[in-house]
Amino acid sequence: MNTKKRSFLEALWDFCCSLKLTIITLILLSATSVIGTVIQQNRSPEEYLRVYGETTYRIFETLGFFNMYHSWWFLGLLALFSLNLTACSIKRLPRVWKTVFNPVLVADDDLYRTLSNMEEVVSKQSPDTLKTKIGEFLKANFAPARVTEGEDGKVHFYAEKMAWARFGVYVTHASILIILIGAIIGSVFGFKGYVNIVEGTETNRAWLRGGAQPTPIDLGFTVRVDKFSVDFYEGTRRPKLYESIVTIIDDGVEVKRDRSVIVNDPLTYKGIVFYQSSYGPAGDPSFVLKVTERATGESQTYNLRQGQPARLPGGEPFRVANFSENFQNFGPAARIEIMPQGQQVRAFTVLQAFPQFDAQRGDDYIFSLVDYNQRQYTGFQVAKDPGVWVVWIGCILLMVGSVVAFFLAHRRIWVTLVPLDGGKTGVKFGGASNRNQPGFELAFDEMKKKFKQELGS
Amino acid sequence: MFSNQLFNYTALAYFVAMILFIAFIPTKNKTVALVATTISWIGWVLNTLAIGWRWRESALAGMGHAPMTNLYESFVFFAWSILIIYLLMDIKYKARAVGAFVLPVAVFFMAWGQMMPDHSRAIQPLVPALQSNWLTYHVITCFIGYAGFAVAAGASIMYLIKIGREEKSGATNTPAGGMLAMFPSTKVLDDINYKAIMIGWPMLTLGIVTGAAWANYAWGTYWSWDPKETWSLIIWFIYAAFLHARFTRGWVGRKAAWLSIIGFAATLFCYLGVNLVLSGLHSYGGA
Repeated sequence: MNTKKRSFLEALWDFCCSLKLTIITLILLSATSVIGTVIQQNRSPEEYLRVYGETTYRIFETLGFFNMYHSWWFLGLLALFSLNLTACSIKRLPRVWKTVFNPVLVADDDLYRTLSNMEEVVSKQSPDTLKTKIGEFLKANFAPARVTEGEDGKVHFYAEKMAWARFGVYVTHASILIILIGAIIGSVFGFKGYVNIVEGTETNRAWLRGGAQPTPIDLGFTVRVDKFSVDFYEGTRRPKLYESIVTIIDDGVEVKRDRSVIVNDPLTYKGIVFYQSSYGPAGDPSFVLKVTERATGESQTYNLRQGQPARLPGGEPFRVANFSENFQNFGPAARIEIMPQGQQVRAFTVLQAFPQFDAQRGDDYIFSLVDYNQRQYTGFQVAKDPGVWVVWIGCILLMVGSVVAFFLAHRRIWVTLVPLDGGKTGVKFGGASNRNQPGFELAFDEMKKKFKQELGS
Repeated sequence: MFSNQLFNYTALAYFVAMILFIAFIPTKNKTVALVATTISWIGWVLNTLAIGWRWRESALAGMGHAPMTNLYESFVFFAWSILIIYLLMDIKYKARAVGAFVLPVAVFFMAWGQMMPDHSRAIQPLVPALQSNWLTYHVITCFIGYAGFAVAAGASIMYLIKIGREEKSGATNTPAGGMLAMFPSTKVLDDINYKAIMIGWPMLTLGIVTGAAWANYAWGTYWSWDPKETWSLIIWFIYAAFLHARFTRGWVGRKAAWLSIIGFAATLFCYLGVNLVLSGLHSYGGA
């Protein structure tokens, strides 16, 4: 019973450690991730019903396809992936640790037999002469060697380069776990939200994203937007800059004043970051209009909101019916309607950029748009993510670890001197590299040549 | 624009080199391959100059951003990346026939770029979201990664052709003759596949990381499961599986080659398909 249980645990452990599991999990993760890119995520049920119909909707809903990157089975796959990663590393790390910190200093015949780069030479020189020579040779051509003298008169050399490169792969594995931990910290202790603020107003709340109902979240301080503006590249409608001028008020004190928030330059206060993300008109615009009487040349200025009726000097009522910030690429324009009683409405467009344009209409009154004031709201993404630094540390370790794991090799060389009759010495030497064997073979052959010269002289 | 002219010559050079590489396989004439390689180098230098010149033209126009912001610019940069990875592999392996399977990818993108209307090829000022140095780092790393996968896939296709023929010709143990004589050995092709992915995968990782850093800086979230992001993760998983599969005996050679081809197909989809078929953040500035 006991042995059976143990073997089951062993089998489970082996399963967790297996590289086959790694490959299968990676392929499953990539295959299932496709689903979420084909089915749009986090839309309303109505939208899904319209696209997929009742039956398919139910199936997809049950499978969690509409928020699949947070579904139990996808998170389960990620957990399995992490478990596998951890188990693999735990299983292999002790052996590597031993290789690095407690290397085999004395190579026996069995070890030499496993090395694909290996050579045996008989030198006429005495072991004592060779001992110093080889020590210097290794130091000059490879790395300083550790020398062990056996009781049988044998002398063993061990030299290595970049033993620590062995840890590259474990750093890489650990970094992935660190990134996942950072992501979990972010999702547990942070939030993602948004807030729209009208120019000249303030708020101390933001709204959480992704919930069924908009949920407010208290920021703990107040954000006031003093101004929002959009700049365009000259002569085009291609946006150049979205900018909000923001003041932060904490406990009645203006702690940050006139701070500019633009895309790619967010504002951070108390760990909460505001990103410029959208904008739009807030309510009706107001206008400054100049109306000139053609006959007399006298003019009058009006301050009007959109739709607000006013009267011309002659008594006819008029209003600004509509407004566009960019009418057919001519810039700001107002649509004016003159509504004489019992007569047909006269409607026309005036352009701010061309004040004289309206004169061509030939009416008794010439309108021009002097100025307008369209209040905007600015939209911020609001995010707090205390895990982000953990993620960045993980990312840096991921890069460092994978470069080390891929491109650096732990190279080892063993030399054994065996005293022979007549003052001669049998010399065995061999080398191994844990990466890039062909490259090591070339370097080893080169060294072998030099080494033989050394032994011969 | 002078840079466009340079890009035209680049495309021409790549095209001629491609034809010569293809001609090399049946003719078995080493001079042809040498000329093809030389023209590839000339094309790559022209490509580099053209990108530099376009950068300068953008600076003269008062914008001064790296030419990596729309579809056209990404095409010519992708071709540049493929050539540099290929030429590096050529220095190491001198396996010239590989050019016949890698150059077509570069030619395809250069030709597509050349066929674009002028307004798509014009230098455009950057919208606010793209005004970041992260853009340059992100694009360079991603495309060198993609290019590594392109070279790996080219070698993998050759591997599958060659191993198929060798196995069909029976267990006579003689390497395939005829047209395939100029193909490098299956061992070398397998190695090129692996080495190119070894370059590509860390670069893709860096590309994903720089993209995440940028996204975090611009939108406050380093990962949002946007289709492009997800597809980049998908290809990251595929090549991670490839690299781990190298450690088990069953997954070298044929299986590795297939995985590499599937990986590159996914890469192409990530690069183009996501823009053309799926919706998301990466739209190449309206190109």
